[in-house]
Amino acid sequence: MIRDVKSETMPRADLEELQLKRLQAVVERVYYLVPFYRRRMDELGVKPENIRSLADLKRLPFTTKQDLRDHYPFGMFATPMDQIVRIHASSGTTGKSTPVAYTQRDLDTWAELMARTLAAGGVHRGDIVHVAYGYGLFTGGLGAHYGAERLGAAVIPVSGGQTRRQITIIQDFGATALCCTPSFALHLAEVGREMGVDFKNTRLRVGIFGAEPWSEPMRQEIESRLSLDALDIYGLSEILGPGVAIECLEAKKGLHFNEDHFLPEIVDPATLEPAPPGEVGELIITTLTKEALPLLRYRTRDITSLDTAPCKCGRTLGRIHRLMGRSDDMLIIRGVNVFPSQIETILVETPGVAPHYQLIVDRQGVLDTLEVQVEVDEAGFSDEVKKLESLAKGIERQIKDYLSVSVKVRLVEPRSIPRSEGKAQRVIDRRKI
Amino acid sequence: MKVEQISVFLENKAGRLAEVTRVLGEAGVNIRALSLADTTDFGILRLIVDKYDHAREVLKGKGFTVGKTEVVAVEVPDHPGGLASVLQILAKAGINVEYMYAFVQHSGKNAVIIFRFDNLDDAIKILQQEGIYIYKGEEVYRL
Repeated sequence: MIRDVKSETMPRADLEELQLKRLQAVVERVYYLVPFYRRRMDELGVKPENIRSLADLKRLPFTTKQDLRDHYPFGMFATPMDQIVRIHASSGTTGKSTPVAYTQRDLDTWAELMARTLAAGGVHRGDIVHVAYGYGLFTGGLGAHYGAERLGAAVIPVSGGQTRRQITIIQDFGATALCCTPSFALHLAEVGREMGVDFKNTRLRVGIFGAEPWSEPMRQEIESRLSLDALDIYGLSEILGPGVAIECLEAKKGLHFNEDHFLPEIVDPATLEPAPPGEVGELIITTLTKEALPLLRYRTRDITSLDTAPCKCGRTLGRIHRLMGRSDDMLIIRGVNVFPSQIETILVETPGVAPHYQLIVDRQGVLDTLEVQVEVDEAGFSDEVKKLESLAKGIERQIKDYLSVSVKVRLVEPRSIPRSEGKAQRVIDRRKI
Repeated sequence: MKVEQISVFLENKAGRLAEVTRVLGEAGVNIRALSLADTTDFGILRLIVDKYDHAREVLKGKGFTVGKTEVVAVEVPDHPGGLASVLQILAKAGINVEYMYAFVQHSGKNAVIIFRFDNLDDAIKILQQEGIYIYKGEEVYRL
């Protein structure tokens, strides 16, 4: 179902005209309101009036996560705090989060785009939406929440955890739509099986799954175990939260990008030059309508391709291919963003272990596991088992406190972690999604 | 009264223990007593050797993580109840035993047990007061 027929099925020429108008407006806003963009554009010799066509987009500066970090906490905001009504945060690479902000209009846009998302999955007024994404600083829970409410559906704000209880609620309250990470969906299926629940007997019809990459085979698995249609959703808090792109029920082939609000580009991650149409590269996003935190040419580090050919659902919004990986080293463990450098910081500051480590990522059943192997050093070596165990447990606790992810720490002998000439191979990812 | 014990960190991988003993063997070091504490992930090998400094150097040279701990070698009468009486003395004095293991001994009517206490000096005092014989370091290395 298409919620906003006008915007979602606009002829490409009209869409591009709208994008250009909005691009010109946002470039002018950030040039005058955000010192960072003023500086960058002046360095490049670009003025707002130089943006005359979409081709001029590539004259504008890129924005990276590091830029956001350098202006921590609120240096990139374009509006004063009295216009900001929400602050969320996503993980930062050095243990500090990246705060993002929203004006009331931003929240309305977000809710509207999430309503579009749910509508694309066939959700409508009268439906019951079970939101199992985490509520809090993470944008997933509240994003799905307000989208469902905006659509007129009944929201159950379950958040994460207490799997058995969630299954009982799904059965008893008759949820028709499910929003959570794909790995949690599989986890629900497994626990449900233990409880003797057949999801065919629930009222679930569709699931909107995201916050981590997942494959076609995994989709089939989820659809068969939970007896629903499983759709992929894409988003990132720096740009909006969930709701930047959504798969349609009719085709299930690529995620429609909300191009009237976000202008996508695909570039070669090495040269940063535009990739030929349809080719795979790094996704770059310019926000066209955001007020509190507008971003120009944000480097998402996500690798994908863009297809603007018409879709059988009738939407003219281009589709990005399901996400195939990242051009940086960020990991997503059970829906949580983890940068190896964050773990490195903790290890470097822990006496008793050397700064030589490796992260082994795997999947036990359906949930991701992360094992941190770190070399013991002589200073910390104790001949008592309990002291070494408490060293390992102490590191696990610190990682849990700072990164909100539970890992297993395994102490290994010095020199057992392979050294390398260039960039150390810190991560071994054994997951096959 | 204190005996130097070498402790070695070992990953739970086949061959690590064999490697340690091979290295010591090639260096002409004689192992007097040993104990291996294990967990799922790693083991700690505790050794009393005849040439402490040489052993330590050789093991470190091969990249092992080596620690030194002071322990006590206690003479325990070699008959039923012998060990119990020693442990009784320690319990009454509130002295905590971190770990213990028996010594390879091929002569005499006495067993030699290695003890690690968190308070070594107190333990030595209490035991000696009760007439228990504590071996000197040099004696132990030569046993």
